[in-house]
Amino acid sequence: MKPLLNSLPETVFTTKVDSLLNWGRASSQWYMLFGLACCAIELMQTGGPRADLDRFGAVPRATPRQSDLMIVAGTLTYKMAKRTKLLYDQMPDPKYVISMGSCSNCGGLFQLAYSVCKGVDKIVPVDVYVPGCPPRPEALTEGLLRIQDKMMRERWLVKPSRPAEAAAQA
Amino acid sequence: METKDIYGRLEQQFPGKVADFKGDVQEPCCKVDAQAIVEVCRFLRDDPGLKFEVLSDLTGLDWPKEEKIQVVYHLYSYAQKHQMVLKVDLPRDNPKVATTEGVWKVANWFEREVYDLFGVIFEGHSDLRRIMLPEDWVGHPLRKDYVEQEEYDGISTQRAPLVEKLLR
Repeated sequence: MKPLLNSLPETVFTTKVDSLLNWGRASSQWYMLFGLACCAIELMQTGGPRADLDRFGAVPRATPRQSDLMIVAGTLTYKMAKRTKLLYDQMPDPKYVISMGSCSNCGGLFQLAYSVCKGVDKIVPVDVYVPGCPPRPEALTEGLLRIQDKMMRERWLVKPSRPAEAAAQA
Repeated sequence: METKDIYGRLEQQFPGKVADFKGDVQEPCCKVDAQAIVEVCRFLRDDPGLKFEVLSDLTGLDWPKEEKIQVVYHLYSYAQKHQMVLKVDLPRDNPKVATTEGVWKVANWFEREVYDLFGVIFEGHSDLRRIMLPEDWVGHPLRKDYVEQEEYDGISTQRAPLVEKLLR
């Protein structure tokens, strides 16, 4: 019998399930509408028509329950840090975090202030750090593309257990 | 009305309660006795010649060497187009002053801010809670001897300095 693949060479593709899932996820990153300070203005510009994050399938969602990506844009105070952790916990897996700008990377200009958290990585795991004060839209777009690269390398069917989890099971 | 005339009115009305007038500065000021601040404020607001309807700001100052905390009242009159600054000295170990909430309602939030950052107790205040910092915060950060906690709510406040010089 003639193989099916050869009979339909232009309509059937073969791939791995992981790649298919990753391709879908990377091409529809819904990021949370979440701005803390002046970086949020630049985030809006990146979502606007000139830089246009929609080209990469990234659209803003107004709720953490429907978001895949959290872009922490701006100065994080301790008061807000608790809320940020809560928002992160409300996002469904798989979830990713971009730390945008100096303030959320390390506290930035305000890191000696009593009320400013010295980096969002103190409370949530960060996948990509985008430097800048604030980063230009091109820089944030680059950060989003890096997240896409990271997503494409994920494996879902056979997930290697992390060292911490393996130790907990043993 | 000239600021020194305003001060003259105050001296006349409250002898011994006001002092240290400084007129040759951008914002002319005088010191007011802590016990008399509410009646002085009420007089400044209600007197038809003075008419200070607005408390445009209320802040604090910490003077560790003089062992005092100052509360500063910035007043403005839209009707008369003049301004005045009142200062009240309080002991640093137990800063307490009567609230001016009954004179200007806006003092409610200003006094909460000064309480939050300096720890000044405004007696008679209707809702003296922290206004900006979280309610479980320890200490009053604008005091000169404030020491930052090691961590807040499980979040470490320490980070290796990127630039050593910034730390003085």
